[in-house]
Order: sequence, then structure tokens, then C-alpha cells
Amino acid sequence: MPPIDPILFFIFAGIAVLSAISLVVQKHPISSALSLVGVMGALAVLYLLLGAEFIAAAQLIVYAGAIMVLFIFTIMLLNAGSEHGRSRSRVARYLGIPLFMAFIGLMSYLIQSRLPATKGVVFGGFTQAGGLEIGRSLFTHYLLPFEVTSLLILIAILGAVVLARKEI
Amino acid sequence: MPIPALPAAVPLSWYLILSAVLFALGVAGFLFRKNIITVFMSIELMLNAVNLSFVAFAYQFKQVDGHIYAFFVMVVAAAEAAVGLGIILTVFKNRSTLHIDEVSTLKN
Repeated sequence: MPPIDPILFFIFAGIAVLSAISLVVQKHPISSALSLVGVMGALAVLYLLLGAEFIAAAQLIVYAGAIMVLFIFTIMLLNAGSEHGRSRSRVARYLGIPLFMAFIGLMSYLIQSRLPATKGVVFGGFTQAGGLEIGRSLFTHYLLPFEVTSLLILIAILGAVVLARKEI
Repeated sequence: MPIPALPAAVPLSWYLILSAVLFALGVAGFLFRKNIITVFMSIELMLNAVNLSFVAFAYQFKQVDGHIYAFFVMVVAAAEAAVGLGIILTVFKNRSTLHIDEVSTLKN
């Protein structure tokens, strides 16, 4: 019986990485937006594996629900077509992918070599992060940032209303 | 079986490497794409990658603070999406283009 945790990790990490690559290389904004929904769904499953049920639910509701609906609504409202291919610089075309791979390799090497050996992540290894604990922490220790957040959202609503008015 | 045996637990570094890969892909999209909306979606991808790091470290230290930070990042991202898409709407209304190189008033 193979262990289920790494298998689930590989499946959903693969979905996340492939969707992210698709986001970067697709020509049409709608395709990129749907790829971003794929990334967010896969990340929600990874959050569940890490024992973060509240964050997984918030990820699906806020990101994959609200923010992506906003994006797709804007794309459809502006009737955004595919990008007309304007040639990018030759340096970017030939060196972009090798430099990207080199950066990923360097980061992986640094993370693997500098991180102290720990026990690893198993599903159910951290259960003290349910809604109860998050709510308690949010309303005691992080009360001031939480209230400031409401102010931030109020300002964002006003800004969006002002920006989207007819005459500006 | 010829494939190497999988460990029973996923090492924390795999989550961090996945986060780094997603962040680098977001940076690549931010730099190379020419559509304002796609550039904006790349920023969202970078925010998601950082959130994954927060939650992974929260698991490692067995503390709930990482989840709180991820929650705040989500809230700020929602506010940012509302304002940013409003700005994109206004730019499109005034210039009827979404190409990022054609919006260059501040350049000269």
C-alpha cells in the first residue's frame, strides 16, 4: 500500500504547476483566468493536506469565487481579445526559459540544503487550526489588524465606486 | 518497482519548492505578458504562492499565526482586485486599449 500523502501532493502540485504554466503561456485572457481557477482549486486541496480547513474554504470562496468572477466579468465587459503578437526582445526569447530553470534549480538547492531536517507533513498532523482557534486568535491577538482590514475594504469599495463612475 | 520509494510523509521543502516555482511563474507572467488583465492575474498567482509558504510554515511550527497572515493576504488581495479592476476599466474607457506598452503617459 503506497503512502497516500505524497501521491495526493504530487497530483495536486502537478495540477497547480501545469495550470500556472498554462496561465503564463495562454494567449487569451479567458484561458488564463480559467487556468488561475485551476491553480486556486489545487492550492485549496494542498491547504487541506496541511491542516488548514478554514484557509482552504476561504481560498475557494474568496479567490476562486469572488475574485475570479470579478476578473472574468471584467474580461467579458471589456471584450478583451487575444494578445496580438508583438515580438519581445531577443534576450528574453532565448534566455528566458534557461534563466527560469536556473532560478528554480538554485531555489530548490538552497531550500533543500539550508532547511533543517524535520519530520515532514502528514494529513492530520496539525489539528489546532480549525475555525475555533483561528477565530480566537483573530479576535484577541490580531484584533487591531482585523479592524483595520475592515477600514481597508471600506476604502477599496469607495475607490472602486469612484473609479467605475461614468465621468472621470 | 523501478521507481524510488515514496516517503510516508511529504517533506516541508517540497511545499516550499512548489511555492517558489509558482512564484517564479507569476514573475515570468508579470514580466512577459502584454495584457493588463493577465499581468494582474500573475500578481494574484504570486500572492497565492506566498500564501502556500505561510500555511506550510504554520504547519511546521504548529501555530495558527501563519493562517491568520494568509487570511489577511486574501483580504488585501480582494480589495486590490476590486480597485485594480476599476483602474483597468477606467484605462480602457479613456484609451480603449489593454496593451501594457500603449499606456505610457508617465514614461516621457
